[in-house]
Amino acid sequence: MSQTKIYDSAQHIYPALEELRNLFEYRFLILQLIQRDILTRYKRSFLGIAWTMLNPLGTMLVLSIVFSQLFAVRTPAYPFYLLSGLMAWNFFAQSTTAAMQIIVWGSGLLHKIYVPRSIFTLSAICTAMVNLVLAIVPLLLVSLILKFPLGWAVLFLPVPMLLLAFFAFGIGLLLSTLAVYFPDVSEMYQIVLMAWMYMTPVIYPANIIPVNIQTFIRMNPMYYLLNLYRLPLYDGRLPAWGEIWPAVVWAVGMMIFGWFVFTSKSDEFAYRV
Amino acid sequence: MSDLSLSSSTSFIPAPVIQLTDVSVSYKVPRERIGTFKEYLIRRIQRKLEYHTFWALKGVSLEIRPGEVFGLIGANGAGKSTLLKIVARVLRPTTGRVVVRGDVAPLLELGAGFHPELTGRENIFLYGALLGFNRQQMEESFNAIIEFAELRPFIDAPLRTYSSGMTARLGFSVATAHKPAILIVDEILSVGDEAFQQKSAARISEFRDAGTTILLVSHNINAMRSLCGRGAWLDHGRLRFIGLPDDVIDKYRLDERVDV
Repeated sequence: MSQTKIYDSAQHIYPALEELRNLFEYRFLILQLIQRDILTRYKRSFLGIAWTMLNPLGTMLVLSIVFSQLFAVRTPAYPFYLLSGLMAWNFFAQSTTAAMQIIVWGSGLLHKIYVPRSIFTLSAICTAMVNLVLAIVPLLLVSLILKFPLGWAVLFLPVPMLLLAFFAFGIGLLLSTLAVYFPDVSEMYQIVLMAWMYMTPVIYPANIIPVNIQTFIRMNPMYYLLNLYRLPLYDGRLPAWGEIWPAVVWAVGMMIFGWFVFTSKSDEFAYRV
Repeated sequence: MSDLSLSSSTSFIPAPVIQLTDVSVSYKVPRERIGTFKEYLIRRIQRKLEYHTFWALKGVSLEIRPGEVFGLIGANGAGKSTLLKIVARVLRPTTGRVVVRGDVAPLLELGAGFHPELTGRENIFLYGALLGFNRQQMEESFNAIIEFAELRPFIDAPLRTYSSGMTARLGFSVATAHKPAILIVDEILSVGDEAFQQKSAARISEFRDAGTTILLVSHNINAMRSLCGRGAWLDHGRLRFIGLPDDVIDKYRLDERVDV
């Protein structure tokens, strides 16, 4: 009886901090949830985890064939440009969608046992992160096939990856909060995602954007995050300060905003049937 | 932390392990069901959102001391499960305060979170983590868990190949792998076959003898009478009576009869 855990509902002044501490206590569960998602996803499929790498390759192949006539003239090594953008976009789209779906699954559990509410969102982002890292393998493959050289700037890649994860975590927390109250947000989000993707230079090069809508594009956080991700890969150079800070502000800002919204509402989740 | 001292560290009476002070839980139930975001927005703008408040618990104050076996009775919807959820930290009281000293093992829904595609072994770790155990604790108790569940030959088979009895045995074994300070039991357990039921009952008595506080909900009056040291009767979210099990049962039955 040296250290008794005391739970006191009155000690609940800073839910945002408290959730952080609880999350740390349940860190083993985060690993277990990531492992579960990765194991179960491909358990019954023949090629298993290889699909994580084959999937973006397949999409790249299809889109390259479709769009090469349109964009390839102005974009050297277009398949590589496409794949690097798709990787980052897929990470964002999949992780935020998974974050929303996992809270619907998790809400069954939230009625029965206590776990830190944000753990489901976090594990969804982490799972997608594992897939993002694995997707580097086909990217290297494509760079070899196209004889597209990769420079030392590639070592900068963990920074934009982390920023993407921060941003996705923030959006994921906001979506999870909404999804608890309105289940059809999940359907709506798929449409939003599609529109969002076409407003972001994922499959088309940024330089074809007309000047008169450039200001509009600059309001899109994914524009900066995707650009930061592509610079070390495709342009083969380190980003300039002016290219870094908008991405950092968006990513960190969205994460903090999402965290506060989520933790201020998460006590009500178990009240929702 | 100073206001915690109102009950702790008095030298003769041990501090209550579960302490509810004027706890109320209310649900806001919309008068009409609103399922879509669009509908919600329209009504919000039209100011046509109407709720009525449903009190699942109202002004409940209760203290349970270390080592007690405490039973809750009441009709369906009286708030028994809500009270368990308050103690298990699943629900935060709308008003009032709850203090729980020590770790809580909820035997509410055994195996909630099991995944059918994962093996028994993988599920043990996943479920253990969901219950708040860390890696070290799970590795230490892993062998004891499969031994108790009698599932060693099947431990690397996916859970979907298990019978419901096997799954329940696995759930119980993980949930009770460590002696908790507080055990929450919803309904008397009927896990697996008769032999396993005796085994699980023996494990709970073992915990009780070792000083675990047990909070129990049951419709089985006889079990209540034989197991509990004290009990309470909940009625429409209010605590009607606290006392010895026999007295609680008498009051409860008397009231039921009047109602009918």
